[in-house]
Amino acid sequence: MTRPSSVATAAPDTGPAPPPGRPIRRRRNRLSPPWLFVAPALLVYAAVVLYPAASGVLYAFTDWSGIGDWSFVGLRNFDSLLSDDRALGSLKNTLLLTVAIVVVQNGIGLLLALGVHARIKSRMVLRAIFFAPVVVSPVMVAFLWKYVYNPDPGAGLNGLLGAIGLGSLRQDWLGDPSLALWSIAAMVVWQHAGYSMVIFLAGLEGIGKDVQEAATIDGAGAFTRFRYVTWPLLAPSTTINVMLSTIGGLKLFDQVFAATGGGPGNATETLSTVLYKEAFVFGRYGYSTAVALVLALFVAAVSLVQIRYLRAREDKA
Amino acid sequence: MKRYGPRTLLLELLMVAVAVAFLFPVYALITLSFKDPGQIAAHPLSLPSPPTLDNYSGAWSSASLGGALLSSTLITVVSLVLLIAIGSCAAYFLARTGTRLGYGLYILFLLGIVLPFQLGMIPLYNLFSRLDLIGSYQAIILFYTGIQLPFTVFLYTGFIRALPPEYAAAALVDGASHLQAYTRIVFPLLRPITGTVLILNAVFIWNDFFTPLLYLAGSDKETIPVRIFAFVGQYVSDYGLVFAGLVLGAIPILVVFLVLQRYVIKGFASGLKG
Repeated sequence: MTRPSSVATAAPDTGPAPPPGRPIRRRRNRLSPPWLFVAPALLVYAAVVLYPAASGVLYAFTDWSGIGDWSFVGLRNFDSLLSDDRALGSLKNTLLLTVAIVVVQNGIGLLLALGVHARIKSRMVLRAIFFAPVVVSPVMVAFLWKYVYNPDPGAGLNGLLGAIGLGSLRQDWLGDPSLALWSIAAMVVWQHAGYSMVIFLAGLEGIGKDVQEAATIDGAGAFTRFRYVTWPLLAPSTTINVMLSTIGGLKLFDQVFAATGGGPGNATETLSTVLYKEAFVFGRYGYSTAVALVLALFVAAVSLVQIRYLRAREDKA
Repeated sequence: MKRYGPRTLLLELLMVAVAVAFLFPVYALITLSFKDPGQIAAHPLSLPSPPTLDNYSGAWSSASLGGALLSSTLITVVSLVLLIAIGSCAAYFLARTGTRLGYGLYILFLLGIVLPFQLGMIPLYNLFSRLDLIGSYQAIILFYTGIQLPFTVFLYTGFIRALPPEYAAAALVDGASHLQAYTRIVFPLLRPITGTVLILNAVFIWNDFFTPLLYLAGSDKETIPVRIFAFVGQYVSDYGLVFAGLVLGAIPILVVFLVLQRYVIKGFASGLKG
């Protein structure tokens, strides 16, 4: 009894043949712009990025000093890196700085975004204020903060602490080797928290009001609403923010160069400042590019792992 | 949705207090730039009384910021024009070609986003120095065009893929060449993403420090960050003068930001969705 009907339903599936793919592809190909469109970009990209980067990889295995002859030394540069306290210290500093910046910058950025997303009257002005440092040159921000971190007890942050009765917290912010790295992290966070804020803000604006209202009607309090509705829906913004701040942290150079130059001692050396000094102060180009290669591998590895992990989290949300 | 209740007022006060604390470095920057050295030593945190403009006239002339402003503008504008012209064309090809090779090229461009520029920094410097281009606008403009291409191509390609190809197809059927179809039909449709590309690249190029330091330091083509760096190094202990220089150096981009605020924030917020 059921057999005829099943045949009847199966028939249309095989009956009208789907349009063959070929003609569509043909038409597409005719629509494809000629190679000339990509040629100028490819030429510039090859000359400015690909060729120099490939040479960089090559020099990482040589003893080149920047001028004259060089010879291959195998993995010797990487061997010396492993026994070079300054380079290893800079690797540790880079990772610590990156973790601190990623966590604090995005934490503060999220809080700021939630604050200026609310219906407060000053929200547009506050957005502009918190975002403004993002567009200013990091070198100039570093010079400003160098004054804020002035060891003088009456000036800058120390003066402010004294004025509000917290004089006991005064520090030599950039001169104290155990503190300098965190002072630099705070300065970077001050400049870029507004960047995280606008990305979270875009995410918040994408969450429908009806979703929030539905949760409120269901009796969810502000915290529950955030934990189970807002936060999971912010996953794409979190991905972008974590990626951007991680790559920015790993490559950090300008701020350190301008604020401390890597000091006191080697307390704030990062991979970027070390490779700069190896190349331009000590003239060890081969070794410098080996450090650069390590940095490149770190950035690439971290980006790939984060994309995998955070994308998976987005899919779950 | 919700009305402005006591809790909103409380949040408003809290956020304003946060903003005031956030602005402390800016307060220090501006007040110090209007003080003479005596006032700075005696009352570092008070308001300037009486305010002096000496720091500003001194900074303007001794940092020669006028020339730096011109140089920064020229480098940024020419690099942006080149980036948008060749970047959008390349993206149009990459988005519309169905070939395997085209896809491979796209991946090759994306590789440039993760490569730190330091890896090729020295070989590139040597290349430009062999061509005798160190200290020239050509080298730095070529550098920015190349280094920002991956990101530019990435943004444009994503946008073009989401555009229906029919518009350009209609023009081609009507006998237009690919270039005509692109410049008259496709490129105008790219306006939103061109805005984003423009803003993100402009802020990056305008503020970039290390490469112009390497390529242009000591020449008459120094950009604002390089000029400020040299100026601060020279007058390091004279905070009033240094801060007047910082204010003058930051004003151009801050004015542009305040005028185009909405677009700038939108550009940054939407830039990296992919």
